[in-house]
Amino acid sequence: MRKVYLDNAATTPLLPEVREVMTPFLGEVFGNPSSLHDWGDVARQAVDAARDQVAELIGANAEEVIFTGSGTESNNFAVKGLALAQQSKGKHVVVSAVEHFSALHSARTLEKWGFELTQVPVDKYGLVNPEDVKRSIRKDTVLVSVMHANGEVGTIEPIKEIAKIAKENNVVFHTDAIATAGTIPVDVKELGVDALSLAGNQFYGPKGVGALWVRRGVRIMPLLDGGVQEGGRRAGTENVPAIVGLGKAAELAKANMAARMKQLIPLRDRLLKELPAKIEHVTVTGHLQNRLPGHSSFCVEFIEGESMLMFLNLEGIAVSSGSACTSRALKASHVLIAMGISHELAQGSLLCTFGLDNTNEDVDYVLKALPPIVDRLRQMSPLYSKFIKASKGGK
Amino acid sequence: MPVYSEKVMDHFTHPRNVGEIENADGIGEEGNPVCGDMMTFYIKVKDNRLEDVKFKTFGCGAAIAVSSMVSEMAKGKTIEEALKITPALVAAELEGLPKNKYHCSNLGAQALHKAIQDYLSKQKTQGDKKP
Repeated sequence: MRKVYLDNAATTPLLPEVREVMTPFLGEVFGNPSSLHDWGDVARQAVDAARDQVAELIGANAEEVIFTGSGTESNNFAVKGLALAQQSKGKHVVVSAVEHFSALHSARTLEKWGFELTQVPVDKYGLVNPEDVKRSIRKDTVLVSVMHANGEVGTIEPIKEIAKIAKENNVVFHTDAIATAGTIPVDVKELGVDALSLAGNQFYGPKGVGALWVRRGVRIMPLLDGGVQEGGRRAGTENVPAIVGLGKAAELAKANMAARMKQLIPLRDRLLKELPAKIEHVTVTGHLQNRLPGHSSFCVEFIEGESMLMFLNLEGIAVSSGSACTSRALKASHVLIAMGISHELAQGSLLCTFGLDNTNEDVDYVLKALPPIVDRLRQMSPLYSKFIKASKGGK
Repeated sequence: MPVYSEKVMDHFTHPRNVGEIENADGIGEEGNPVCGDMMTFYIKVKDNRLEDVKFKTFGCGAAIAVSSMVSEMAKGKTIEEALKITPALVAAELEGLPKNKYHCSNLGAQALHKAIQDYLSKQKTQGDKKP
């Protein structure tokens, strides 16, 4: 059976070149970067080289890059650490309604710790209006955090404009660039941000490693206390193999970015165009132009996402969904709800995200496999039969 | 994807008794699309037995498998026997359901019971009308 992996937003595969540079650090090169002997030196040099590679990817200074254990940790660190470091100045933070839970729930934790939180809404495409951010900033606002792009609907946010507003109001601005760093050009100076999160497994690096960039001079409170690793900002012995892999993945992403985008965009655009043309009552979610290169997302009316996902899996196709049933919390995607999509429609959420392994034949395969699945589930759906009866009755 | 038993996968991929019954003796609807699952059961009753049971379901793999299993369990049973079908029995017949999917199984038995109540209340109304 043909196998088609279309869940690159969940994780990209590890590139062989990345695995290759990691391998020695899972074996003979095992030193602790903090150690003062030769074993330690080799490990430290490898971590420093990776720091240069990551800094290069985002146009930053290497000493401003802090390695973390995941994108989630980067967002937790940024939202909590940046707010806590400034709490003598004020206790108000602003985030968008469509942030990843690692940022959103961090902000909610700050609320429990006595901060006030303002959530900025989005429009039907998932876009934040910079003017809304402007209006939400108060005298006691110490942090604004808006994601660079949303992994569920692919929409790229106007970060430059929002960063400008934050700067004008002297408020620290963090962006979660986990969906964009290594995928589209990200330059911290050009974006004008103060802090930025990224994660290795979003651009063909290993899982369990991320980074937070914090501009020099911006204060952040460490979440992990212990040794003086990462300039005293993140204690804990470094995950050397993963950091080395992240560095290599960053280098490759930087070198091949244009070519990768050129490969992914046509695949994305084909599915975005042809799927709604092929199946009735299918809508695209997210912005059509300001969109991640490999990202296509839809809502399929009258049916539920998990059952669609399961049938596609039986055909060898891996996708994801923002339906309530596919979430462990059994709640429909907060992103789709924030965009004004009804709970009912959100249940039919379908997310197909392309990666470097995908081809035009994969798009053909999905376009062939999905219509009978949708048809089958609709024949089973009481919502669909109600719709059919209502439309017949209307005539 | 949740880990489903072989039995669940069987009923999910080959659901029994999907459809509607025209002029059904009882119809029961349970759940709503907001929570993620919605089931409609149709029954045809003859001599106090569920001569036919059909369903339509909007929902996850577990919801579809549960509906299918409930329809199979109920078909041919007397009203009294069918009312004894509980979510726990359905889950057991399906060789278990993932914990967070358990609420789906409640809906299947409930929707069937609602269809039976619908039938019984219609019977009562008809009975009342008789001189």
